[in-house]
Amino acid sequence: MRTDLIIAGVGGQGSLMAGTLLGTAAVVFDNKKALQTQSYSSELRGGAAVTWVIVSDEEITYPRVVHPDILIAQAPQAIVRYLSQLKPGGILIVDSDMIKDPPRNGYELIQVPATSIASKEIGNSIVTNLVVLGALIGATQVVSPDAVEKAIHISVPKSKVDMNIKAFHRGLEHAPK
Amino acid sequence: MENRRVRTGKHFMMGNVACAEGAVAAGCEFAAGYPITPASEIGHTLAKRLLEVGGYFFQTEDEISAICAGIGASWTGKKVFVPTSGPGISLMLENIGFAVGIETPVVLVNIQRGGPTTGAPSMGLQGDMVQPRRGSHGDYEIIALCPSSPQEMFDHTVRAFNLAERYRAPVFVMADAFIGHMREEVTIPEPDELDLTYRRILEKGTDPSTVKVFLDEEVAPMPIFGMGFKTHVTSSCHDEYGNRNLIDPTALDNFIQRLRNKILKHRDEIVQVECDYDNCELALVAYGAVARCAKEAVRVARSKGLNVGYFRVITAWPFPDREVQDLSHKVKKILVLENNSGQYYPYVKAEAAGRAEVEFLPPQILGQVHGLDYVVQKIEEMLR
Repeated sequence: MRTDLIIAGVGGQGSLMAGTLLGTAAVVFDNKKALQTQSYSSELRGGAAVTWVIVSDEEITYPRVVHPDILIAQAPQAIVRYLSQLKPGGILIVDSDMIKDPPRNGYELIQVPATSIASKEIGNSIVTNLVVLGALIGATQVVSPDAVEKAIHISVPKSKVDMNIKAFHRGLEHAPK
Repeated sequence: MENRRVRTGKHFMMGNVACAEGAVAAGCEFAAGYPITPASEIGHTLAKRLLEVGGYFFQTEDEISAICAGIGASWTGKKVFVPTSGPGISLMLENIGFAVGIETPVVLVNIQRGGPTTGAPSMGLQGDMVQPRRGSHGDYEIIALCPSSPQEMFDHTVRAFNLAERYRAPVFVMADAFIGHMREEVTIPEPDELDLTYRRILEKGTDPSTVKVFLDEEVAPMPIFGMGFKTHVTSSCHDEYGNRNLIDPTALDNFIQRLRNKILKHRDEIVQVECDYDNCELALVAYGAVARCAKEAVRVARSKGLNVGYFRVITAWPFPDREVQDLSHKVKKILVLENNSGQYYPYVKAEAAGRAEVEFLPPQILGQVHGLDYVVQKIEEMLR
C-alpha cells in the first residue's frame, strides 16, 4: 500500500518539517518506506513552500507524487496550485483559520483550526504544523501516533519537545473518528 | 569507543547530507567549497562533521580557490572533497584538468541544477552530464558515478573516494537537485563493514628521481608533500619522473596515453551498470532519478504484457561501451530517458549503431522527472 501526500503552505508554517517528521516516523520507527521531496521559493517567510511525501509498505521506485491521495493545505494558494491534482475521493485537510471556504466537491474534507489551536491553546503558532500533522494521523493512520512522537523526540530541540507533542495530540483529538 | 566518523544506523536522511556523511565515513579530512544551491547542505554538514573528527572545512572566496585548495590538500596526503553545483564546476574546469595531469585524488560532486548560466538553482536537471568528460581542455579520461537515491548518495560517495585513491585521479559524483534534496531511508553500516581504499604513498627516504612516481598505468605511488621528497610536480607534459618535456611528440603521446590507460585498462573494475533485459525486444536506458521512473515504467509495461527491459547506467564515465554493445546485440530497440534534451543519448546511439534502433525521450517538462503514463505510452508506441 502506497500513500502519496502533498503538504503545502507558505514559508514559516512548517509544511516541510511536518513532511520530514512524517517520513522519519515511517522509516525509523514504523519500519515502512518513505520518500520526501520539496520545493520552496527563496523568501524565508511568506513564499510558497510545498513538500511531497510518499509512505509505503514496499520499496518506493517511482519518486514523484503526481496525483496525491491526501492534500494538506495550510494556505489558500495551496488550494489553487494543488487541489486539481488530488485523486477523486481523496482527502483534503485544511487549516480552517487560513482557508475559509474550501471547495467541497468530490473529496473528503477535514477542517482543523490549526493556527488558532496552536497560538491560543498551546501558546505558539510555530507548532501549527504539528496540529495539522496530528489531524492527518488521527484521520488516516498513515503512520502510528507513537512513531510520530518518537520522531518528534529525535528531531526537535529538547526544550521544545513537550510543546510539539501537545500540539500533535490536539490535532489527533480534532480528527474525525 | 564510538566511531564518530560513521553514523551507523537507519536514518530518514536528505541526499546531500548522506553525501557528506559518505565523505566523512570514507575518511575525508579536508573539504573546500563556496555555498551554492542545491549543494549547500553538503558544505553545511561537512563544516560541522569534519571538525568533529579532526578534519578541516575551508570556505573559499569562490570555486576556483576551492578546487585549488583541494588539490593542494590532496598533495599533503589527505582525502579531499570538493562539493558544488554545475556553475561551480564551470569555474573549476581548468584545475580539474590540472588534477588529472598531475594525478591527484580528489572527489567532486555536482548537484546539477537547471541551466544554462545561473538558471534555476533549486530545480534538478541532468544538464551537465558531458561536462566532466569533456569540460576541461585536452585529451583525458574521467570517472563519474550516478546515484539515484539518498542511499546511493552515501554509497557512491564512499566508492568515489575509493576510486580516487586507487587511481590517483579526480572522481565525480553526478547527482541533481531532485536527488540531493530528496529524503529517504539511508542505512549507514558499521565502520568495519566499510571497505576503504587508501592511496599508495612513496616510501619515506626513497629518492623520487630513481622511482617512477607519475604515468604508471598500474598507478604510481604518490610522492606527497611534507615527507622530504624532492619531486617536480608540473602541469606541463612530463615523463614518469616528473621531468618536463615540451619538445618531443613522443613525450606528449606518452603523457596522454598513460593517463588515459590508467583509467581505461581498469574499466572493468570501474564500470557498473544494472541490467534486466534478457529476451526483451525493447530496453529503457536511464540513470539517476530518471532510472527509478524507467524501472517502474518497465514494471507497469510488463504487467500489460509488453516485452520491455531495463538498463541503468551507474558509472557514466568511462562510458560503458561493452555493456551497451551487449545490450544492442540482445534488444531490437533502445529508448534513452534523460532529464535533459539528450546529452548521454548520442553516446548510446553511436555505440549501438548498426545493431539496435535508438530513440530519445525527454521529460514532458525539463527539470521534472518523466511521468509514468507518458513513458508507458511511448513504450507501447515503439512496440506496436
